[in-house]
Amino acid sequence: MSSHKAITLRVLRQDSPSLPETKRWEEFSVPWHPQMNVISALMEIRKHPVTASGQKVAPVVWESVCLEEVCGACTMLVNGKVRQSCTALIDQIAPNGETVTLAPMTKFPLVRDLVVDRSRMFNDLQKVKAWIQLDGTHELGPGPRQSQENQEAAYPLSRCMTCCCCLEACPQVNEHSSFIGPAAINQVRLFNLHPSGQMHKIERLETLMGVGGVADCGKAQNCVEVCPKEIPLVDSISAMARETTKHLLFGWLLK
Amino acid sequence: MASKLVSLSTSGKVRRVAVVGGGLAGLMTTIKLCEAGVPVDLFSLVPVKRSHSVCAQGGINASVNTKGEGDSPRVHLEETVYGGDFLANQPPVKGMADAAPGIVFMLDRMGVPFNRTPEGLLDFRRFGGTLFHRTAFAGATTGQQLLYALDEQVRRFETVDYEDDKGRTAPGERMVRKLEFWDFLSLVQDEQGVTRGLVAQDIKSMTIRAFPADAVCLATGGPGIVFGRSTNSVINTGTAASAVYQQGACYANGECIQVHPTAIPGADKLRLISESARGEGGRVWVPRDPNEKRLGRDVPEKDRDYFLEEKYPGYGNLVPRDIASRELFLKCFHQKAGVFNVKSGKNENEVYLDLTHLPKDALRKKLAGILEIYEKFVGEDPYENPMRVFPAVHYSMGGLWVDFERSSDGSLAKDSPKNQATNLEGLYAAGEVDYQYHGANRLGANSLLSCIYAGMVTGPAMAAYRGNLGKSSWDVPRSLFEKAEQREQARYEAILKMDGDENPYQIHQELGDMMLLDVTIERHNDKLDKVLSRIEELDGRARKVGVTDTSGHSNQGAAFVRHLTNMLVLARVIAQGARNRDESRGAHFKPEFPNRDDANWLRTTLALHKAGGGQGGHDGIEYVRKLDYTLAGKKVTATDQVDISLVQPRVRKYETAGAASATAAKADGAVASVRAPS
Repeated sequence: MSSHKAITLRVLRQDSPSLPETKRWEEFSVPWHPQMNVISALMEIRKHPVTASGQKVAPVVWESVCLEEVCGACTMLVNGKVRQSCTALIDQIAPNGETVTLAPMTKFPLVRDLVVDRSRMFNDLQKVKAWIQLDGTHELGPGPRQSQENQEAAYPLSRCMTCCCCLEACPQVNEHSSFIGPAAINQVRLFNLHPSGQMHKIERLETLMGVGGVADCGKAQNCVEVCPKEIPLVDSISAMARETTKHLLFGWLLK
Repeated sequence: MASKLVSLSTSGKVRRVAVVGGGLAGLMTTIKLCEAGVPVDLFSLVPVKRSHSVCAQGGINASVNTKGEGDSPRVHLEETVYGGDFLANQPPVKGMADAAPGIVFMLDRMGVPFNRTPEGLLDFRRFGGTLFHRTAFAGATTGQQLLYALDEQVRRFETVDYEDDKGRTAPGERMVRKLEFWDFLSLVQDEQGVTRGLVAQDIKSMTIRAFPADAVCLATGGPGIVFGRSTNSVINTGTAASAVYQQGACYANGECIQVHPTAIPGADKLRLISESARGEGGRVWVPRDPNEKRLGRDVPEKDRDYFLEEKYPGYGNLVPRDIASRELFLKCFHQKAGVFNVKSGKNENEVYLDLTHLPKDALRKKLAGILEIYEKFVGEDPYENPMRVFPAVHYSMGGLWVDFERSSDGSLAKDSPKNQATNLEGLYAAGEVDYQYHGANRLGANSLLSCIYAGMVTGPAMAAYRGNLGKSSWDVPRSLFEKAEQREQARYEAILKMDGDENPYQIHQELGDMMLLDVTIERHNDKLDKVLSRIEELDGRARKVGVTDTSGHSNQGAAFVRHLTNMLVLARVIAQGARNRDESRGAHFKPEFPNRDDANWLRTTLALHKAGGGQGGHDGIEYVRKLDYTLAGKKVTATDQVDISLVQPRVRKYETAGAASATAAKADGAVASVRAPS
């Protein structure tokens, strides 16, 4: 289908967070091969780290692990759009041999080239207590029975791979706001659905109340559009907004 | 359980242990240690939530027997041992099969969204090498869901303060301290060879640091990247296993490498299409005419060759992976009877994996995860067209040698410090990096189980070991750690100074292509000899690479040179092990020696590193029949004898239904008349 012999990648690079003066675009020409994706293109550059203008450079630094869109590691801006780069197939994003641009996400501290520091996402999981309060791993027999319906509601929520696409796309996530973002809110919904998780539902809801909580969502709905796992993030946010409001209004009655 | 009394060292330091690797095995080990009151430093090359366990798709085995088929842990044991062609020690396998139902229930309690039956119970599906519905699953992303459940529990321990026996806490001491983006470099060993900690490198700041630890567990996964492209994640270079092997740890059955029959061919990765596709009724076929030009879905039934079902009526499409892969290879590679590709104009090394006859709604609920992968990467609709697949390197049955303590009932003695102990005192191994549970071929859905079970055994074993340790590593003079740091610093600086003409990634590609071609499904001694000398040539070239990136920050290229060197060491162990084993057993198949040879080869391959003992001054391997090591000051001797105390070896065949479970089924009165695949 593609007859072009080489594809062009433009990569936004920076050597380290403390060297903003090294920020630059570099262009690479890479031989095309069938089923090529952004990662296999970057792998080609690594084998021959020379720019299109013939300058020998350090290989491009990026993060990737599974290469099948289940680990969440390889998020970057491909042609300006946040996504997993492993599923970015060259024939689809550059069908006529257009230049492909790669840049790091902008809402996280830069580490180097295409790598950013996403540790806030993991800290947020701690903050919202995204776990079941287990008595222990010793044998205690089967877990609570659950309907197929419940499983079918929980499973899609549970596929969040902490890739950070939703935070990158969210206008409310920026340096002036402490909005926790869609991913962690979705985790609260997930654990509050589980029969044992429900027992600690209020604790989790309370982490979403106040500054930076679920009320900071501006309803732009960008998150659900960019989520590679098609998690119903907007539904999760609305559901948790309702739950927190209910708790705020009536929670004192239960105390 | 270890007493909290030993939690502080003589000098008042909190006695932490280290776990390296945050996949299922590492996380489970960590949880068990925390429950025993032992605080853990958890090292991982990536955020643990991105570990390779995330890629497992199909499910986890447990003989819960909810379908009234008469399944039992005894049958699970026998089928696992039979499936592994009798190379696995049987007491650990028994321990695993017995523990499996409890493990699945524990995961369910942790919130894993397992698929359910209408009554609200866990659902189970079929997998390879068995006729029973034994595999619990969460869609087709079971590994991801299991990993997340354990990750969440470990995250909870990150928020829990360490507490000693008197209820005192120490500032900044949490039960779990995670060190993510750290690359394991080597162990710190004292003069007696006792493990005292480890040296690791922060792959962002490139800082090299030694960490004291009263015991170390490697849970670093398999070496799939030695084969270049495989179903493995790019981090699975086996570098940590190789590093401790070079420090004296024994590597066992390295030649036993599993090739999975169904993956999507690709340039950067061979993406797995889970066995669960066949467990749910998927069928493998090729057109009878090798020049068939119609689309798969348009080829009528009479023109299709369902070659697995024809040859193996008993187990059909669910024969074990080694057998299915060999049949696919035979069909495509030798008979040139794969699928004709109109674009390339020739018969390609591909067969059809067909789900199009199954109800779409059920496929969506049970297999969506893998069908999405196929759609996204191939751009074809697997609900409408049969998928095109070919075998790919998938899993290493071999790995670091670990010991076990047999209990009176033929299983594992609980809490023994011998379980999962390597021959280096204080070093444990768990998960794919160990060699213990699968013999010469692993059954599908046993890997998630073996990782978690090994973790459940390793945690208490390390706690017991720490309890018996005379002098804590936290009381060892700092100079020992400084020396280890300096050694690794010097090695790293030497890498940064390399300015030859070779590119390490290019060398890796050549290594992978060669290993893939000659050290996978079929192995020939003449080719293996060539592979072995080629490894020496690549090793020579790897010493002449040029490091174009001299940055002191996130220097992936320099770290890769180290991984490459370590991969070459393991490649040698894998290829030489294959060269030596002149028989065919499980995944290890030599056309020149087509039969299993129990008289000579019913034994574990035990490889020890011999620096400078090989060709041209390169490193060599010493194969031993007996292994002496020290544990808690006592000498222990192990041999290469396989413990076959529970299931007597017999010829392994899958033509007849029930052959794999014949003796257990008889003993248990199981309904072995479970439907054979139609």
